[in-house]
Amino acid sequence: MPSLVIQDLHVAIGEKEIVKGLSLTIKSGEVHAIMGPNGTGKSTLSKAIAGHPDYTITAGDVLLDGTSILAQEADERARAGLFLAFQYPSEIPGVSIANFLRAAVQARMAEGEELDATAYYKRLYAKMDMLKIDRKFTSRSVNEGFSGGEKKRCEILQMAMLEPKFALMDETDSGLDIDALRIVSEGVNTLRGPDLGVLMITHYQRLLNYIVPDYVHVMWDGRIVKSGDKSLALELEAKGYDWVKKELALA
Amino acid sequence: MSTLTETKSLVGAFTPEAFAAHLASLPPGLPAWWLERKRAAYARFAALPLPGRTDEAWRFSNVGGLTLDGFAFPAAATAVPFAPIGIKKSAKLVFANGRLFSREVLAADLVARGVIVDTLQNALLRHEALVKEHLLAQPPKFGPGKFSALHEAFLADGAFVFVPKGVELGHPVGLFHYALGADAAVFPHSLVIADDNAKVTIVEYFGSTVDTEAQFAAGANDLYAGHGAQLTYIGKQDWSHRALSFQSNSTVVRRDARVQSLNLHLGARQARHESLSQLQAPGAFSEMLALTVARETQEFDQRTLQIHQAPNTKSDLLYKNALLDQAKTIFSGLIVVDADAQKTDAYQSNRNLMLSEEAEANSLPGLEIQANDVRCTHGATSSRIDPEQEFYLQSRGIDKTTADELLTFGFFEEVLNRLADDDLHAALRTLIQTKFTK
Ligand SMILES: Nc1ncnc2c1ncn2[C@@H]1O[C@H](COP(=O)(O)OP(=O)(O)OP(=O)(O)O)[C@@H](O)[C@H]1O
Ligand SMILES: [Mg+2]
Repeated sequence: MPSLVIQDLHVAIGEKEIVKGLSLTIKSGEVHAIMGPNGTGKSTLSKAIAGHPDYTITAGDVLLDGTSILAQEADERARAGLFLAFQYPSEIPGVSIANFLRAAVQARMAEGEELDATAYYKRLYAKMDMLKIDRKFTSRSVNEGFSGGEKKRCEILQMAMLEPKFALMDETDSGLDIDALRIVSEGVNTLRGPDLGVLMITHYQRLLNYIVPDYVHVMWDGRIVKSGDKSLALELEAKGYDWVKKELALA
Repeated sequence: MSTLTETKSLVGAFTPEAFAAHLASLPPGLPAWWLERKRAAYARFAALPLPGRTDEAWRFSNVGGLTLDGFAFPAAATAVPFAPIGIKKSAKLVFANGRLFSREVLAADLVARGVIVDTLQNALLRHEALVKEHLLAQPPKFGPGKFSALHEAFLADGAFVFVPKGVELGHPVGLFHYALGADAAVFPHSLVIADDNAKVTIVEYFGSTVDTEAQFAAGANDLYAGHGAQLTYIGKQDWSHRALSFQSNSTVVRRDARVQSLNLHLGARQARHESLSQLQAPGAFSEMLALTVARETQEFDQRTLQIHQAPNTKSDLLYKNALLDQAKTIFSGLIVVDADAQKTDAYQSNRNLMLSEEAEANSLPGLEIQANDVRCTHGATSSRIDPEQEFYLQSRGIDKTTADELLTFGFFEEVLNRLADDDLHAALRTLIQTKFTK
């Protein structure tokens, strides 16, 4: 069964170590949620796995279907089936959503294979309708001038178009209003299935009411310090991070 | 003996004998004033030195790369490449090696309304006064003008477009100039007159068949927009990558007229492009746009002048260069506001996207303002690809090269978006794309 295995991962930015030995195995079909205080290294973890060049992996490994991806460029990792929904998606002036996604879809096709434009637009519009994104957005520049919620929806649109094996979703729920949260969650739930593994970073238990996780992990100072099922999120919500801190101090 | 060698070094392949042969090759009946001007131009050309390192008008240019030697006057062409701009046109003229090769004529109703799309040679015979008034009528303003003089001396034929008062053309007029064969020297010219309240779009293309042949081009155009006229000019320079190119464009904008020009620079090993806009009466507006993709060791040297000669005139210049490899660009632009040109609104911006550490972009923006109640802004920037944007694209599976290409298009889009015509926009994108896939 396909899996994404994070083995004792250490990630540094410059000289500073941010992720300090994190291990986690996500199997296809599973949804894992990671919660943790600000600055604990959640985004660093997801960007390092996606292959951001600013993040140095000082120790450990990341295996996609048993193969280390650490030597691969970000685009190779993406084509191998990894997807990162950004906490703060970049704005790209002058590059339309349609052209951008087209290039991304094309990048996954075999050499010499032609993109069927009609089929592409049909699929794109279907996914946009599902996420209730106005079709006019196809001609807008990627994320430029998008509201926070529109950006997040657009991330899920990309995920839906690119059909990854493993998705790292970094605070996809932040900035979404109540309706958008429901629409985006429904979108993710539609994509959910035996062929997709998800690592979902969030601060809010309410997301987990919509996308019910199989596992919940608490990340603290660059490590996973506690794991459990969805009830852990409820417990966290009720007791706050001080509870985790006290438990840590006792241990 | 020594004078002879000296003369030769100043004229290269363009010897007095070659000039005499050129004059002899012209059809009979051309107006005497035109032949006289050509002789005078040849004398100026032959007397002027090649630009040197200390020439202010050629500052930053690789003057060592300029040469007049080794070029030839090519024979008539037997075939030209397929027209690369797939948009509907009102009429089309195709020149190959300076001679009319083929044409698509105007619809009869447009002819009946007085629209003319013809060769310069025919226009010199049939519309002499119009040609005399506008053909190369503006004095050189970018230095002594050795290459402009050479152009005038050897100009055999070119395009003449006249749109009479109040007539609007629904589709662009296509003007194509090809240089065919190794060492070919060509002297393309287009003269476009949009009379009062006329509306016309010109799409001009300069190209070669073989991308590796050394060639020489000294071209020019004259654009004239009468009162209230609307003239759009798209120029695409796609000469062979071993060509040496000089192009000098002059635009005259009259009362309430509006000219939009967009020059796309892709070809040649070294290309100088001079663009002069004269805003001669109140309400005149000139929008000057350019996009350059500079690769390998190409040099693109762009010199511009926005001259405001009357009050309440406006000019807006945006030149964007994308530089790869060891390429080099020069932008030297000057806004000139005459003493009585109050309420001038002039804008000038040169933006460079550096895609390589080894590329070099030079910017020399300038202002020369005599009036006191004006709004003039100018600026130049050089930037690199934003690594976060690049990562974002890569994280979607797009490789670095394609990501950079997309970002470069994104950078150009601000200019392409100024075009009102979507088909033209798409055609230009396609043409720029070919430069990346080469
Ligand atoms: N490019 C960078 N340069 C320097 N420090 C950085 C950089 N990126 C992140 N950091 C630091 O690394 C630490 C972890 O940041 P990260 O963004 O991974 O946290 P997070 O858990 O995602 O927080 P949040 O919940 O606020 O999104 C923080 O202290 C942050 O300031
Ligand atoms: Mg974060």
